[in-house]
Amino acid sequence: MTKIGLEIHCQLTKLKSKLFCSCKANYREFEPNHNICPVCMGLPGSLPRLNQKAVESATSIAMALSCETPEKIAFFRKNYFYPDLPKNFQITQLNVYGDMSIGGEGYVNVEDKKIKIRRIQLEEDPGRIIYEGASERTKITLIDYNRAGTPLVEIVTDPDFESPRQVRVFLNILSDLLENLGVAEPGLEGAMRADGNVSIEGGKKVEIKNIGSFHDLEKALHFEITRQQSLFERDIEIVQETRHWDDKRKITVSSRSKEEDQDYRYFLENDIPWVKIDQGTRDTLKENMPESISSKKDRYVEKFDIAPQVAEIIASDRYYSKLFENAYSEYNAKDIANLITTDVIGFIDTKEKQQNSKITSQHLSDLIDAINSKTITRNSAKVALQEIIKSGKNTKDVLQEMDLGQVSDSSEIDIIISQIFEEEKQAVIDAKERPETVNFLVGKVMQKTKGKADPVKTLEIIKSKLNQ
Amino acid sequence: MNLNTSILKYIEDVKSGSFTVEEFIAATLQRINDIDGDIHAYLSLNDSAINDAKLIDQKISSGEKIGQCYGFPISIKDNICITGTKTTCASKILENFVAPYTATVVNRLHAEDAVITGKTNLDEFAMGLTTEFSAFGPTKNPWNIDYVPGGSSGGSAASVAANECLASLGSDTGGSVRNPASFCSVVGLKPTYGLISRYGLISYANSIEQIGPMTKTVKDSAFLLNIIAGQDANDDTTIDSNNQNYLENIEDGIEGKKIGIIKEMTTSDGLSSEVSTATKDTIHDFESLGASCEEISLPTIPYTIAAYYTITSTEAGSNLARYDNIRYGYELESEGYEYNSYISKSRTKFGPEVTRRIILGGFVPSAGHAGKYFLKSLKVKSKLISEVNNAFKKFDYMISPTAPVQPFKFGEKIDDPVTLMLLDYNTVTANLTGKPAISVPYRVVNGLPIGMQIMANSLKEKSLLQAAYALESKTTLPEVPL
Repeated sequence: MTKIGLEIHCQLTKLKSKLFCSCKANYREFEPNHNICPVCMGLPGSLPRLNQKAVESATSIAMALSCETPEKIAFFRKNYFYPDLPKNFQITQLNVYGDMSIGGEGYVNVEDKKIKIRRIQLEEDPGRIIYEGASERTKITLIDYNRAGTPLVEIVTDPDFESPRQVRVFLNILSDLLENLGVAEPGLEGAMRADGNVSIEGGKKVEIKNIGSFHDLEKALHFEITRQQSLFERDIEIVQETRHWDDKRKITVSSRSKEEDQDYRYFLENDIPWVKIDQGTRDTLKENMPESISSKKDRYVEKFDIAPQVAEIIASDRYYSKLFENAYSEYNAKDIANLITTDVIGFIDTKEKQQNSKITSQHLSDLIDAINSKTITRNSAKVALQEIIKSGKNTKDVLQEMDLGQVSDSSEIDIIISQIFEEEKQAVIDAKERPETVNFLVGKVMQKTKGKADPVKTLEIIKSKLNQ
Repeated sequence: MNLNTSILKYIEDVKSGSFTVEEFIAATLQRINDIDGDIHAYLSLNDSAINDAKLIDQKISSGEKIGQCYGFPISIKDNICITGTKTTCASKILENFVAPYTATVVNRLHAEDAVITGKTNLDEFAMGLTTEFSAFGPTKNPWNIDYVPGGSSGGSAASVAANECLASLGSDTGGSVRNPASFCSVVGLKPTYGLISRYGLISYANSIEQIGPMTKTVKDSAFLLNIIAGQDANDDTTIDSNNQNYLENIEDGIEGKKIGIIKEMTTSDGLSSEVSTATKDTIHDFESLGASCEEISLPTIPYTIAAYYTITSTEAGSNLARYDNIRYGYELESEGYEYNSYISKSRTKFGPEVTRRIILGGFVPSAGHAGKYFLKSLKVKSKLISEVNNAFKKFDYMISPTAPVQPFKFGEKIDDPVTLMLLDYNTVTANLTGKPAISVPYRVVNGLPIGMQIMANSLKEKSLLQAAYALESKTTLPEVPL
């Protein structure tokens, strides 16, 4: 049986400042090395000052993943030399003498499987290394310390996954959950990263590092499983090692330096005293925690009789669920939900589009009112939606400007149908012989009225005319 | 003008108009100019000291609000950062390091109108007991320049003893304030861990070290502590001093107090007969002051030196890892070096003692050895803490000589690291337990000083200073022959 475990790193980008200084946690908008200070640069004489908000955010994550959260936590130094580490040690957490990291022993339900969370820890992100120059002679390495000290939460799972697909589902759930908590923006480049480890029956654990995206992670896991299986079939020993994902060749490669030989000489970071997270703080955090995706989903299904798939889609996305929550009333909830999942999602399918969209919850309830009162057709609503998303104008104006009011006057439709019957004589004959082809005629009417004719009435009149 | 004066006397004189701040600072700088070629207490001087003094004189004459220091001259150990000036740690690797920020303690001194004279010499990165490990040459003992001044804050102690300033700030990781204070016959205080902000102090072993005042009198020590102690938003390990006034009631005496004579520190083999005699006399002095003295055994003490060097080396190995030649070290061509060779190249800039401790610091906490060394040392530390806490249930103070011997000649012990380490035998306990301890000048024998150490329970600085003041008042010491 294949066993896969994950190590996920997620930046707490919603925080104002870094983990140990007042530089911005949102380093992305700065010129290289312009979001730094003596503390995050590790200048001699500087001292870390713990960002208490980061402790709270990380605790919320731990709670949302059903973890145990200890009364007090400690920080450790992980000592190793690397150019992106200003101090040549990273301030992180470790569970050596009991639970001292921010959370442990949680779980996430992925379909029917319970994925156990082994440990959650709070730590600082290193800087970024940029390798420039293609030729061997002009090769240079640049270091940007803007990211150094950004609050990072590491989530370690047990090797509970059985397939790369399950990993993908989990990561989607996790990133929705982190976004829903309002602590992270998993959509930002590099804000959420994952390493994996894979072992197959009879083999040893192999860790894969250096994976750029979730998409690549899935590929890397597939590759690694196949590689290990083919070794196994040929009776070649699978050794315990760390392999790096080669993005260009799309394969994993054995790392030259043996990671298991690396000795991090962990010891307590004494510049940060033990942090107490008392019951009161934890209770407050729990109270202020946004409703979880699964309870939201359940509420939508139970209270409004919304289809589970539809409820799931809306609940798991902060943007859609906010639109929905502010638009629905007791009477139109189901319609609003369907409008979001059938039409809105099609137009606003990326985070970027979500940011640029001008649509409000008011628009949605106005549109549903218009449809239900037969002022417009569903088709017209779709056309109006596109314009609203772009301009944000109020619904009434858009319907008027675009002339989308529904034609429900029978005599008007009658005239149009008579014209169509003149133009499409063969179709009329066909429809009389084979009633199932009547839709062709309905379509023609819709074409002529630009979708404004009431489809129910149209069909009614056509049928009666055919029977004459 | 008498430069051999206390801070408190100086302030009185300035207030009464006996001399101006500028006059006193000018005389002090002249004194430095005259004798520091021999003493080498300073690594750099504050070019604007005279200007700073003039500004304070102006404040005084215009009746403007003035800080409580009235411009008295103070030197700062060169591992404490001041904006725009070099902070070298007496190391080649930081030879040209200019900090973009000022240590909290120095900010507090500035805010109270003290004048900084300059930065003082130390053993490289505060690792050593004689200043012989300074990359820029040793400091001489003002009592006899053939002798070491103690360390690592040897420059600070010598600058105070030689009247090149009225006080100094040193740092104490295992005795680095108290040991040179004892060797140079000045008062050296290592406060409770967390009482004074370490922001701006370049870390050596951050879990146990503290900045401490070095002064001519116990009252001056209390005066300085009033200014620099207390919580700091830039140092999460600081604790609230509750605005204690350490000078208040300092003359209350110690009648009825209980004093423990630490057996392991007063009967060890390394104790010289002069120091042993002085210790016995100290006990009599305390008894004559109305305190009761009794021997107390702290059986963990023989293991403290090993634990101390294991813990400090571990932390030093980590704290000094940042000097990797990317930001500090040699100027190198950007091409032609791979990262690891950058590091090893920069490491050649460290002197022998720092190198020794970095190597030790790489070994004792490493996988497979941590259990035998580092973790065992932490156990010694926690055992020691409980022993000392227990002792303080019974005693108000515990005493011992600050150092087991008097100052020795240059070169005498530098090649014998283990003997050097034993000089810390009486002082490391205060660091490992976080307790406050003070070294009080007690006697000068054969022209060389002996200091006595008093230790008190956490945050009992006020009581500690009362005892130190009481002992000080029993002594009569000669003037430094320089």
